[in-house]
Amino acid sequence: MNEREKILDKYSAKVFKNRKDHVVQFDNAGMPKEIAANSRSIPGLMSNRGCCYAGCKGVVLGPLRDVVVLTHGPIGCGFYSWGTRRNKAKSEDGKSYIQYCFSTDMQEADIVFGGEKKLRQAIEEAMELFNPSCIMICSTCPVGLIGDDINAVATWAEEKFNIKCVAYSCEGYKGVSQSAGHHIANNGLMKSIIGTGDAPLTKKYSVNILGEYNIGGDGWETERLLEKIGYEVVSIFTGDGSYEAIKNAHTANLNLVQCHRSINYIAEMMKTKYGIDWFKVNFIGIDETIRSLREIAAYFNDPTLIANTEKVIAEELEEVAEAREYYKEKLHGKTAAVFVGGSRSHHYQMLLADFGMKTIIAGYEFAHRDDYEGLEVRPNVKVDADSRNIEELTITPDDKYYHLSIDKERFDALKLTTELEYYKGMFKDMGDGTIAIDDFNHYETEKLLELFHPNIFYSGIKDKYMIQKSGTPSRQMHSYDYSGPYAGFKGAIKFASDTYMSLFTPAWQYITPPWRMQPTLEGKVGGAD
Amino acid sequence: MRQVAIYGKGGIGKSTTTQNLNAGLAAMGKKIMIVGCDPKADSTRLILGGLAQQTVLDTLREEGDDVELDLVLKAGFSGIRCVESGGPEPGVGCAGRGIITSINLLERLGAYEEDLDYVFYDVLGDVVCGGFAMPIREGKAKEIYIVASGEMMALYAANNIAKGITKYANTGGVRLGGIICNSRKVDGEAELVEAFAKELGSQMIHFVPRDNMVQRAEIHKQTVIEFDPESTQAGEYRSLANKIDGNEMFVIPKPLSQERLESLLMEHGLMDI
Repeated sequence: MNEREKILDKYSAKVFKNRKDHVVQFDNAGMPKEIAANSRSIPGLMSNRGCCYAGCKGVVLGPLRDVVVLTHGPIGCGFYSWGTRRNKAKSEDGKSYIQYCFSTDMQEADIVFGGEKKLRQAIEEAMELFNPSCIMICSTCPVGLIGDDINAVATWAEEKFNIKCVAYSCEGYKGVSQSAGHHIANNGLMKSIIGTGDAPLTKKYSVNILGEYNIGGDGWETERLLEKIGYEVVSIFTGDGSYEAIKNAHTANLNLVQCHRSINYIAEMMKTKYGIDWFKVNFIGIDETIRSLREIAAYFNDPTLIANTEKVIAEELEEVAEAREYYKEKLHGKTAAVFVGGSRSHHYQMLLADFGMKTIIAGYEFAHRDDYEGLEVRPNVKVDADSRNIEELTITPDDKYYHLSIDKERFDALKLTTELEYYKGMFKDMGDGTIAIDDFNHYETEKLLELFHPNIFYSGIKDKYMIQKSGTPSRQMHSYDYSGPYAGFKGAIKFASDTYMSLFTPAWQYITPPWRMQPTLEGKVGGAD
Repeated sequence: MRQVAIYGKGGIGKSTTTQNLNAGLAAMGKKIMIVGCDPKADSTRLILGGLAQQTVLDTLREEGDDVELDLVLKAGFSGIRCVESGGPEPGVGCAGRGIITSINLLERLGAYEEDLDYVFYDVLGDVVCGGFAMPIREGKAKEIYIVASGEMMALYAANNIAKGITKYANTGGVRLGGIICNSRKVDGEAELVEAFAKELGSQMIHFVPRDNMVQRAEIHKQTVIEFDPESTQAGEYRSLANKIDGNEMFVIPKPLSQERLESLLMEHGLMDI
């Protein structure tokens, strides 16, 4: 029995039938691996997933600093999604609402008589207090059940206050995880915001950063690097992003996709509508940051830009060289488990590799098959009823703004050597004997600790303390345990330093994990009874 | 205290039948409360002599939680106590949730007094969602009467309601007391409804003939028993009241399959019409 079989062994026939395709162990046979993903969780298993509302409001829309993101529903959803993602923001004009929680706080009478009136009141109140230029309404479950016409209210608000107001039907019960909410948020931004501005560009080479939510300041570090080289960052989706910036996103030359799962829809729709190419970049990890910067420079193919890129890489590398060696020496050979998000478990493997650490366990909460197996698997993905319930926009080229930055020949040539319009997925970077799990749960986590004994386990608040109590250091990749940024060159060092601290804190001397007391292997001396 | 719920297809005459039946019971000296479970709040109009009632949900919305019982409970003809749960205007909110909220509030306010002989729930249309099943959940109404006629859609609806009763019969203890036939003057109506009720394992408790007297009384915002106690129709309602008061046949219905229901209609020649 290999480790995968040992994990699944405990399950009843019904659960086994479902989970067996979500757990994949890599062997040296070189077989192409398939995994089941983006399907319903089994009730009763302690999944780490979130809901559709969490994906729409919490992940994609929440970080927009100059937007009043209004939760329409009873207070719980708004309150518990308030300030939990550490997506930082600062604003020069003081218009940042990121620290607030806006909710209609629906009561029983609003459910019975309908909540539209209260929603209008909430918008009026927000206009009076904050006078934002954009409001986004996010629906919670009961709103979908009673059928409040939030789109009509959004239209009313746009006419009455001359603002942008977008309504999102992102009720928690939609789809199988937060992934549905990302898609709904992407659709709303694409339909109502992108393409509505016309601010002129200031530099020759301009980019949007997509799927960077500025957790712990990651987006700022990425932006710093790009601007140092000489790019104009038109907008960031959506970490420290703003309505004022993303409405001009269509003017940029190139889209850089960091988190593939939450934002690929916008990248692909912008390619169709505006002709903007996209790269799957990764600014988590030193080598990956270098690869990403070089590929972007190669895309624009300007000798000055390429020289600048190399100069910045050299400068940044020199700055962190000493620290990198130090941490590499300390962390080399350590093993890790990474369970987070729908793209980040891949990103962090690359960062761990910078310091000689090996990822032996990895998994996503809400990824689709292409995030594991690469974009080439898309034609083989069966679209189920849960996914069909989420709207697919039909996009056509825009008459005014469609513009190609490079010709087809160069595009084709670049596509062969770079991650231009391609995401290779996590599996290609995983080694023999390692294991990948989709929509992991607490039982499987416990079993993995027992079977693999990773030195450190990167996950989230839902399982961090369960893991630490079993004697394994754990770090939260949703909040960075109040640290960060982890992006770019300096971020990598910060990450290594935090990891070093977690592994070598003297606190571990004070606990005795069960396997120190009980033998993990039992056998007999040869010949004896 | 007997708690009774009246169900039936929309427009079949539930409210009219319930109020006339209640007037008959009141004439027998029974103490009764009617809880109207319809957002239109017209279940007690004939007893109160017009739509004079403030609904529970409107009161809750306007007064907050500080609701006094006498604001929402009005006595009408023969001392029958009337409550309208009310609800949202058509197309918004959740009427089903409204009924749940309203009945819970009535309980908290002590509307269910010990001296009541009957509580009647007059429920809107079909059992479309959990809210409309509230009167038969959690051991509230134990008896149900379905108002039907010999028309096909009325019997379809009655059969569906019987399915709903079956669902709650085991948990809430609710039973079907019978079918009240509110005649539409269809050929062979009494025989058809009788046969349908038998198949359900129940009975047609009374056949209420069609009489314009009912409409005349309604225009005067009265029940027939109040408007013209000597009329034949008043006698019919008194007779219905007597049968219900003395009813001892309470069953878990056995709903008909679609095929059986259709062949039953066929046997009684309804398909030929």
